[in-house]
Amino acid sequence: MSTVATVPEGTVNPYALSHLDSLESEAVHIFREVAGEFERPVILFSGGKDSILMLHLALKAFAPAPIPFTLLHVDTGHNFPEVLEYRDRTVEKHGLRLHVASVQEYIDAGKLRERPDGTRNPLQTVPLTEAIQQHRFDAVFGGGRRDEEKARAKERVFSLRDEFSQWDPRRQRPELWQLYNGRHAPGEHVRVFPISNWTELDVWQYIEREGIELPEIYFAHEREVFSRSGMWLTAGEWGGPKDHEKVETRQVRYRTVGDMSCTGAVDSDATTLDAVITEIAASRLTERGATRADDKMSEAAMEDRKREGYF
Amino acid sequence: MSITTTEQLSATTLLRFATAGSVDDGKSTLVGRLLHDSKSVLTDQLEAVTQASLGRGQEAPDLALLTDGLRAEREQGITIDVAYRYFATPRRRFILADTPGHVQYTRNMVTGASTAELAVVLVDARNGVVEQTRRHAAVAALLRVPHVVLAVNKMDLVEYAEPVFAAIAEEFTAYAASLGVPEITAIPISALAGDNVVEPSAHMDWYGGPTVLEHLETVPVSHDLTACHARFPVQYVIRPQTAEHPDYRGYAGQIAAGVFRVGETVSVLPSGRTTTIEAIDALGESVDVAWAPQSVTLRLADDIDVSRGDLIAPSSDTPATTQDVEATVCHVADRPLTVGQRVLLKHTTRTVKAIVKDIPSRLTLDDLSQHPAPGQLVANDIGRVVVRTAEPLALDAYADSRRTGSFLLIDPADGTTLTAGMAGASFAAVTEGTADADTSAEDAEWDF
Repeated sequence: MSTVATVPEGTVNPYALSHLDSLESEAVHIFREVAGEFERPVILFSGGKDSILMLHLALKAFAPAPIPFTLLHVDTGHNFPEVLEYRDRTVEKHGLRLHVASVQEYIDAGKLRERPDGTRNPLQTVPLTEAIQQHRFDAVFGGGRRDEEKARAKERVFSLRDEFSQWDPRRQRPELWQLYNGRHAPGEHVRVFPISNWTELDVWQYIEREGIELPEIYFAHEREVFSRSGMWLTAGEWGGPKDHEKVETRQVRYRTVGDMSCTGAVDSDATTLDAVITEIAASRLTERGATRADDKMSEAAMEDRKREGYF
Repeated sequence: MSITTTEQLSATTLLRFATAGSVDDGKSTLVGRLLHDSKSVLTDQLEAVTQASLGRGQEAPDLALLTDGLRAEREQGITIDVAYRYFATPRRRFILADTPGHVQYTRNMVTGASTAELAVVLVDARNGVVEQTRRHAAVAALLRVPHVVLAVNKMDLVEYAEPVFAAIAEEFTAYAASLGVPEITAIPISALAGDNVVEPSAHMDWYGGPTVLEHLETVPVSHDLTACHARFPVQYVIRPQTAEHPDYRGYAGQIAAGVFRVGETVSVLPSGRTTTIEAIDALGESVDVAWAPQSVTLRLADDIDVSRGDLIAPSSDTPATTQDVEATVCHVADRPLTVGQRVLLKHTTRTVKAIVKDIPSRLTLDDLSQHPAPGQLVANDIGRVVVRTAEPLALDAYADSRRTGSFLLIDPADGTTLTAGMAGASFAAVTEGTADADTSAEDAEWDF
């Protein structure tokens, strides 16, 4: 009764899509669903590889028209200068509009207090949620991937957040087929994760295939670093190193970019995309396990931050 | 097993699959074994799990902690929600929807199975086919998952005896085939000992078939799309209105089924207007032919009214439009669905007002018996409903297209996803009936 027939074994199916084409098609579909159903969507753009990938997918989804979204960056004040430079250059190149929510401004105004450990990553939540309210964004694209972290593995592609941006993992809408439900009440918004189903390796392979330019800190380079909690942190004005921590010059690269106070570099001699892919394929450490201090704070660190409104 | 070169990686395809099994069938162990033996668990994850297990006084790392990502799940030692897992071999990449076995099982398995091309149903070799097994087979059949694997687990506890496996495989295959499951592969395994999961078993030389992983790697993932009804739900109209592209008007969407070609005569539904495909833009590249599930942009020869929610199909093969939807549904919300309730119906890219006219029956998955006129459906119920929509829908039978035959019912007041719907007949008829099994006497057994 079904008209679907399987291709006989041993024959090459001309209609098979490669895994990258499948993931690309799915992500583009998600971008277009949001464009079709929401009034004021925004893409969280940090200049990191996942948000660069999202922007690339969005550009393809709406070509030859410009993307119908603005960008939002939550600047911790401790960002890598190379990444900020990349961010601004990209925004300019594509004629986009960028909103910046600044953690530093919140601290200066006394609305946020610096943490004793100096980590600013968790501090992003307040400026982020306030920016969403202030600009009345109703859909917020994030580059979160389910392979990154066990709480993110539970995240929906369309994730409803209440007026306080809170995530309640026990009250998520079941997500069936490709029928994404974006209904929300005024004040609520939906976090959207178009690259939920991509892995770190998929991201890199796709970047290579599409020839996407990245900030140079993703490739091996000499850098002044010091060791803290088993990670190489970049020395800088943000507050590292402390007295007993010794600065040395090493050849490193970054697997993620985030706040300098909690994003570690890995020893590497991978200077090309091909070398990076080979390195990741052989790595016995996850992306966040290798380079994110803030996820190690407790077993449920990410879940707890997400509940509060983190992306 | 691990991937080394870029070349190997680019040749791979993607398989989405779901696991189903009750608490004690060893589902977590199987998932853990698959991830672990395919070297997909990385050192820091294993370390975190080991630390957490030790902290709880357990001696060995509890692999279930790999998949139980929520605080509440770890506290209670149960899986609350579907989790998605990713792993790869040189031959293929996998997305696993790991669905909880015992809490709110139906809606969770429906969620996992809705996007799966294969379902693994676990059975304890000592217990054989039990109610829960039949329930899982029925959900896989309802959702029309193209491939089902029966994993007969704990073979080590029945002395790896062939007759035990053979009897279970035969019973299950007969049952699942009667529901219309198109392809069933039975594999004897021990997830705990690692028999036939990734490595072939040394204990069961009587078994000549593939291991679970081998089967996952080789099962055909895409179908002969030329035989499917071509369907293109319009998502978004791309109109740059720039100096460079002053007249560009493209209809963006993901091809739901079949193949579209430049020059083809197509109709736009529900209006029924006809035109031809002038060009297909496949994400920046102009192509002559495109197929599901590619996201593309179609440009049409005539300037006709087309907007989000419309469906483009070959003029020679259009679905009928209707305002009366008869479907099998799984109710996924905690509040009930009642006769007379006003809802929103989301079908492809179209959301319309609708009213629940009738709930003719509710199904008991355990024995597939039907209960007439239940009046309402509660969480995890599966039943037949009749819905009247405010506008016509170009709806296929779910049997013909999972994409254009599925829909959601949504609460208009707060947007809650209430119900997952599948249009047309419930189970595939073994008797080669039509999609309209409702009126077929032979199919009455499966028609609830």
